[in-house]
Amino acid sequence: MSLKGKAAITGVGDTRYSRQSGKSVTTLQMEASLAAVRDAGLDPKDIDGIIAYGSMAVVAEDYITNFGIADLRFSAVTPLGGASAVSSIQCAAAAVAAGICNHVLIPISRNGSSGAGGRIGSRVREMPQFRLIGEFEMPLGAIAPAQLYAPMARRHMELYGTTSRQLAEIAVSTRHNAILNGNAMMTKPLSIEDHQASRMISDPLRLYDCSLESDGACAFIVSSMERAQDCAKPVIQVLGVAEGHPDSPSAITQRPDLTRLGLAKAAPKAFAMAGVTHDDIDVAEVYDCFTYIVLCQLEDLGFCKKGEGGAFVQSGAIRLGGKLPINTHGGLLSQAHMAGFNHVVELARQLRGEAGQAQVADARIGLVTGYGDMGDGSIAICARA
Amino acid sequence: MNAYDYGKPTPDPTADTQAYWDGMKQGKLLLQTCSDCGTIRHYPRPVCPACYSMEHRWTEAKGTGTVHSWTISHHAFHPGFKGELPYILVTVDLAEGVRMQAQLKGADASVLKVGLPVRIAFEAATKDLTLPVFVVA
Ligand SMILES: [Zn+2]
Repeated sequence: MSLKGKAAITGVGDTRYSRQSGKSVTTLQMEASLAAVRDAGLDPKDIDGIIAYGSMAVVAEDYITNFGIADLRFSAVTPLGGASAVSSIQCAAAAVAAGICNHVLIPISRNGSSGAGGRIGSRVREMPQFRLIGEFEMPLGAIAPAQLYAPMARRHMELYGTTSRQLAEIAVSTRHNAILNGNAMMTKPLSIEDHQASRMISDPLRLYDCSLESDGACAFIVSSMERAQDCAKPVIQVLGVAEGHPDSPSAITQRPDLTRLGLAKAAPKAFAMAGVTHDDIDVAEVYDCFTYIVLCQLEDLGFCKKGEGGAFVQSGAIRLGGKLPINTHGGLLSQAHMAGFNHVVELARQLRGEAGQAQVADARIGLVTGYGDMGDGSIAICARA
Repeated sequence: MNAYDYGKPTPDPTADTQAYWDGMKQGKLLLQTCSDCGTIRHYPRPVCPACYSMEHRWTEAKGTGTVHSWTISHHAFHPGFKGELPYILVTVDLAEGVRMQAQLKGADASVLKVGLPVRIAFEAATKDLTLPVFVVA
């Protein structure tokens, strides 16, 4: 049995994204979740499955309380960091295909900018999957993702001649899209020169190679194909979905090939399941915690060969109007860091034709990726039914 | 807060890793070697990935290797590192076939390249904690 065509994204919702929400993560998450439920044309009590983002912040129990759900039949956590949102599509599709439940809500909320949880370096250390880097790398000064990922980018540059200006193209085109979005934290135009003049964080990654820290929430609903027919909006069918874990998943230092992510294992499976080719993809929302991670994923997805990602982005392919428009909402780099949940929301809007000024004309088939926890990858290929 | 505390992130060794840090204190880079098949592994962990044996011994590494990749940190993500910016972190292919990461000391960033030969040195952070660094060989 394959999960092809067994599930659909039926509802999406989000809050305003900001540096300081002034609201609790629970309030933010309920606001986004109710928006997703309304978008789907459902009643909150129709939600019978929840996949929470980690075990922090808001958990399934909060929904039983706030929504008055009488019979929550499925709850899970997909512990893949930024790959969790898309991995949750696989988890939810499996649950609805097996008949365990009908409508799975997949939410995130965070006060990542203003919150008391601390900035990213201190958060990483608390996570059990990073115990080894906590012991063997952080004491030496490799504390935050920018520092842990930079050697991957440097290796790519040394092997393939990839340049900082090519990374800049990703930041610039993403900013352009954010300005069109209407709900993005970054609203000023960005040029290649602005990127090149921005301060170095962890060489070769500059400030504008790095994503935001954000306050806000978003949510989406995955429903069984049968029940999706009852929902309000056009059905966005899940054609192919997979997750992949890289070799040496938690310690990049020990990874045999520094330039190969978990997505390289997942992408061929998702394309095969979906029965589509790369030329069929009208729009792609590609996890963008750092510009380099986008470039590497474009290669691991198979849109170009390993080492050719720099030339691919420099060609203008990823811009609106290009051969493969990506991150049409502004991504984590310029819309908000919602751990890629906002990428799923945007893909659904694109395939419904609801993406406003950044709408890709006649977008019918698209994909979304997740990347997290030092290299885990996930992908969903979706189509308007 | 632990026995090593000195204003920077410190290791919090377990029974699986304490020998590594004890070795550092004696100026030795110790690596886990499988007692059954001889495969060397790093970072320390309970099971040999080649034969699944849980028996191992600690063997001293030569301490030589070549640069696989690097980053130069210009931003302190922990206040303890503010005073030493910018600093170079190198990912090194050790002669024993595993990698490790440490700061490269006493060298200018202009010398960095894939394959640069380096060797390990030991720096006492506190009286109880010694950290590895690399220098150009
Ligand atoms: Zn063995």
